[in-house]
Amino acid sequence: MIELYLTEISKYVITGSMAAFTLFSFLVFMYKGEKRRGWIYALQTVALFATQFACFIQIIAQTGSKRYFLLLMIQTLVLISTISMFKMVYPDGNRLLINNMCMFLMVGMIMITRISYGKGIRQFIIASASLVIAFLVPEILFRCAFLERMGWIFAGIGLAVLLILLIYGSVTNGSKINFRIAGLSFQPQEIVKIIFAFFIASILAQKKDFKTVCIVTAIAAAHVLVLVLLKDLGSALIYFVVYLCVLFVATNQPLYFLGGLFSGAAASFVAYKLFPHVQQRVLAWKDPWTEIDSTGYQITQSLFAISGGGLWGLGLYGGTPSSIPYVEEDFMFAAIAEELGIIFASCLIAVCISTFLMILLEAYKIKNNFGRLLCVGLGVTYIFQVFLTVGGDSKFIPLTGVTLPLVSYGGTSVMVTIVMLSLVEGECLVRSDERYQAYLEKKREKMNGRKK
Amino acid sequence: MEEKNKSYPIMIIGCATVFLFLTMIIYICSYAISNERVMMDNSYNAHQQLLKTKNSRGTIYANDGQILAKTVTDANGNELREYPFGKVFSHVVGFSVNGRSGIENLANYYLINSHATLKSKAKAKENELKFPGDSVYTTLDVNLQQTAYEALSAREGAIIVTDVKTGKILALVSKPDFDPGTILDEWEDITSDKENTQLLNRATQGLYPPGSTFKIVTSLEYYREKGDEYLNYRYNCNGKFTSGNDTIKCFHGESHGALDFTGSFAKSCNSSFANIALQLDRASFEKTLAGLMFNSELPWDMNYSVSTATCNEKLADGDMMQLGIGQGATTVTPLHMNLITSAIANDGVLMKPYLLEKVETEDGKVLEEFEPSKYKTLMSSDEAYYLQNMMEKVVKEGTASRLKGLEYTAAGKTGSAEFKDSTSDSHAWFTGYAPAENPEIAVTIIVENAGSGGEYAVPIAKRIFDAYFGK
Repeated sequence: MIELYLTEISKYVITGSMAAFTLFSFLVFMYKGEKRRGWIYALQTVALFATQFACFIQIIAQTGSKRYFLLLMIQTLVLISTISMFKMVYPDGNRLLINNMCMFLMVGMIMITRISYGKGIRQFIIASASLVIAFLVPEILFRCAFLERMGWIFAGIGLAVLLILLIYGSVTNGSKINFRIAGLSFQPQEIVKIIFAFFIASILAQKKDFKTVCIVTAIAAAHVLVLVLLKDLGSALIYFVVYLCVLFVATNQPLYFLGGLFSGAAASFVAYKLFPHVQQRVLAWKDPWTEIDSTGYQITQSLFAISGGGLWGLGLYGGTPSSIPYVEEDFMFAAIAEELGIIFASCLIAVCISTFLMILLEAYKIKNNFGRLLCVGLGVTYIFQVFLTVGGDSKFIPLTGVTLPLVSYGGTSVMVTIVMLSLVEGECLVRSDERYQAYLEKKREKMNGRKK
Repeated sequence: MEEKNKSYPIMIIGCATVFLFLTMIIYICSYAISNERVMMDNSYNAHQQLLKTKNSRGTIYANDGQILAKTVTDANGNELREYPFGKVFSHVVGFSVNGRSGIENLANYYLINSHATLKSKAKAKENELKFPGDSVYTTLDVNLQQTAYEALSAREGAIIVTDVKTGKILALVSKPDFDPGTILDEWEDITSDKENTQLLNRATQGLYPPGSTFKIVTSLEYYREKGDEYLNYRYNCNGKFTSGNDTIKCFHGESHGALDFTGSFAKSCNSSFANIALQLDRASFEKTLAGLMFNSELPWDMNYSVSTATCNEKLADGDMMQLGIGQGATTVTPLHMNLITSAIANDGVLMKPYLLEKVETEDGKVLEEFEPSKYKTLMSSDEAYYLQNMMEKVVKEGTASRLKGLEYTAAGKTGSAEFKDSTSDSHAWFTGYAPAENPEIAVTIIVENAGSGGEYAVPIAKRIFDAYFGK
């Protein structure tokens, strides 16, 4: 009987603390400077662990298994040390991004553990390893200013990796390519996302004359085309949108942006006519109900899950997320809405927006052109991926089969997203250094003035 | 790099993203919440099975709280569905094994969910029982249903009784029937039997030739076109009416002699109505048919068939005459006929017919209550008075005289619908309401292959009215 009460009460605690977390993640924007935001971050951390604790209470009440206790303790330890150590190592870093990242990782690990214990543990190990890397990345970016000038090299590496995938893929006849290295599966095209962002930021930061724009556009288009041939439509769309946004920010030219959107629409239409697998996805989106047995199966199961959870969710282990094929990769949003409720799921998307807005704010403030474009590129990569997966799960847009960053199962994806956020943190260091230099400059001028 | 720090593209990208995501969140929430029930009833939805393992199916009650269907657990812990009234409510309450039908299907969403308090859920868990599902109270009246069921006796056919002021369905009988409690054991027999079609709910799905009951529609059209001129209508019936090569005969070739319009209606003279039909404007008749929901949807949430009645400019005279007396290609369901009758009785306004009164938790907390709602005005109150007046005459001076001289006054229209060209076999119809001065209930009856409506359907109506008025 006690289990019943615990499950029910924790439902409201989970939703409540998640809502509080979300509220704090937007409240941050009301205050300027990390120092003034300190108390919000503290409350946010409390809400984060309250959510985690209530989730574990629910899991233990439902399963009666004690092994989750240990898991809870280790996960809490890892998250707490990430949050507190980051503050110590990078006092100039942005703590909202870290707190939000920990929330996504926490929700992801709980949901994956719930779907498959083994996968949950693997995800946890990879995420922990990535967090260690995350501590090195900002410092490396800050120190290696030469990376800013390596644009053409990045273009070469990125395109080369994609082409190798294309050749390899045509041999093995697979659509999603997994390289297995030492027992770990590995998706190279995830890493190319970062390389791509570096490439366009680096070149467009230096030159933005028409000729350069044309060449960069051609190379970016080549990336997109290879991805379309790889049948990775989601990634192709992400690269396309990222390029348009970065170009827009770099050149301040709305015509480039509008022209890009227009040609994108035209290209999508051509792709729709040319490729049967594109047509299939669009049809399954328009009316999944008549194809409920075949192409519409995934999306209808996803809709059942989203609507079946109600406002507060069915509780962890209370739903049937496994009835959606590939739930832990492509349909995490549906699984979360089903078991933790639609309020929780909406809050989670809101936190994604908060993360994105913070990245944009950093981009807005930074003076270094490369840093600004890199932040925009990474931020758009992140948020557009969220849009594709959440929109696809809910029949808002056709399904493209991309993961929910940091939440979905997939080692490479988690690692790449953590590195992306760390790179933004690295740019935060660059920005504070700019401010510090400007401050020194002012001081020097003042002193010079006095001397005169 | 002394350019200005402001970057409006970043602001645009930020605003556009926020806007896009807000739209998406609103879409997701509204889609999920508004389609929850439809999706829950989808057989591909795994949640249904999940709820079945968690909750025991709720109880279905009649309007006075008598149990129509409930779940019981036998000694071995197996759940069974029990129907205390056996076959009496078979079609309307339906079954919930091997698919679902009737209210078991209509109210499935409520029955499989449980909104019991935590306390009673905990109590159920303590006793190792499933959580009690929510219960539904129906509008069905046990007394009227039983009366109708017995009155139809061993005949095949259907009866439907509704409250004209609210649209509540009080009784709904269809025969041949089945026992929902033991349907699983008889499943093979029932489904393999093509002739009997026991599972077909004849009241809502049976398409019958309306015969003379359709003269209500023809009369309405005549009144719409001619107004009070109908008072000047005269016809001399010699038992048949011929136009070109087509001949219409009165029932059993009876000659009705000199008739006015009301007399033609009360005596149900086919010849006179064939004559009337030829005087009607066909385009206008087509509109009237559409307005009375022929060839279109009915306000009904369960399975039903769409009635057909065709009229257009090109319709041949012979077909027009057939249409006027409700024969030929014209078909109608008893439900549809009852809706038209209720609208007439309710001064032209059709209330949306409904079966579910309210949904309650096991602890008696009301979750949802269903209120009467107006569906559509089928005709003006003037047109309704005119038809009421004519239908009263049918009882006073015409084919439904068996309802005359009772403590209540009834009104209605009989029908004897021929369904084979060769023989004079006919389905007996009656559709009417009572009391005539302030209508409360509408009754529609069809008895298959019985004979004339006046002889076979009207006595059943009398028993139902008697039961309703407590005689």
